[in-house]
Amino acid sequence: MSIAMSAADWLSLFSHFAMLSLLSVGGAITTAPDMHRYLVQEHGWLTDPQFSASVAIAQAAPGPNVLFVALMGWNVGLNAGGFALAALGVVVSMVGILLPSTTLTYLASQWGHRNRELRGVRAFKQGMAPIVVALLVSTGWVLATGAEPQWKDAPLWAVTLGAALIVWQTKIHLLWLLGAGALLGWFGFV
Amino acid sequence: MMSPPASPADLTRRPRPESLTDLFVSFTLLALQGFGGVLAVVQRELVERKQWMTREEFVEEWAVAQIMPGPNVVNLALMIGSRYFGLRGAVVALAGMLVAPLGVVLLLALLHARFAGYTQLAGALRGMGAVAAGLVTATGLKLMPALRKHPLGVTACVVLGGTAFIGIALLRWPLAWVLLGLGGLSCWLTYRKLGAAP
Repeated sequence: MSIAMSAADWLSLFSHFAMLSLLSVGGAITTAPDMHRYLVQEHGWLTDPQFSASVAIAQAAPGPNVLFVALMGWNVGLNAGGFALAALGVVVSMVGILLPSTTLTYLASQWGHRNRELRGVRAFKQGMAPIVVALLVSTGWVLATGAEPQWKDAPLWAVTLGAALIVWQTKIHLLWLLGAGALLGWFGFV
Repeated sequence: MMSPPASPADLTRRPRPESLTDLFVSFTLLALQGFGGVLAVVQRELVERKQWMTREEFVEEWAVAQIMPGPNVVNLALMIGSRYFGLRGAVVALAGMLVAPLGVVLLLALLHARFAGYTQLAGALRGMGAVAAGLVTATGLKLMPALRKHPLGVTACVVLGGTAFIGIALLRWPLAWVLLGLGGLSCWLTYRKLGAAP
């Protein structure tokens, strides 16, 4: 598909992502539904398959999952005409989604570090600890079972459980486990 | 593997990144190992291997990275970088986390159109996704001992953590409710406990 992007459109994309950046508590992926509404439904800058592929590729690739945002910018630029605009799309979308949140986090962590002996700061950091540990275990659970747990995914759950136990109890390199998971999937066992 | 050999002089001080280059390379290598999320690798490399931070420090920093808006591992990289080298460290750690993986992702996007039809490839990605989910769970399990010294005591931590797990994993409550509700309760209890201590 081919679209036309004016300077005002790029600015609108930037400011929308910058706004989402401040709302992205819990990670950029929590803003994906709104990005879909904005990019696909409201403006038609991306097709539905392009949107889904952007998320899937970034999930499968190494590195922070936030890179799915870069792929969205990349695809919007490609739709608007060529690799130069695609590169511009990457910069606009990544700076938009990262600059506000990183600035805020930087200032907050500097303040927190300077005032780390304050009772309130210690209570916050230590008080959150049990919740944070539970969130990590829960995140693995949610990733493994998806939106709606289904029995046909049972072999996948077994792989997840096995990987969790092995990593918990041994010091084996994580890449071996990922490679084993890839092989199991490649040959159709999971 | 990636940490420099410890000289006798190193034993007296805490391990830390030696330079901005060390910081950049460390975070680049971390990020490139992080299939399906970087957090498990950050914990393994920075806490267990390089020992730049203790388990307790990791949980505390992670709490801040989690509660602030933005991608959690990006926030964590920024906070760790700034701890050692200020604003420059924050920018360098962030760049290390993002630049190389961005290249990989763009390359994959270019290849994707050609190879999207392969069912084996889709299967391999699914298998890696399942392992990646296990890695995150294991990270949580490995950080549990950090709660032993918690001011509220182990029982309260189990009740709070258990409720959070049931809410997020089984009942699928919105994250904001859990962080504000249970997190707020836990912080308030901890605040009272810290004040009561002499």
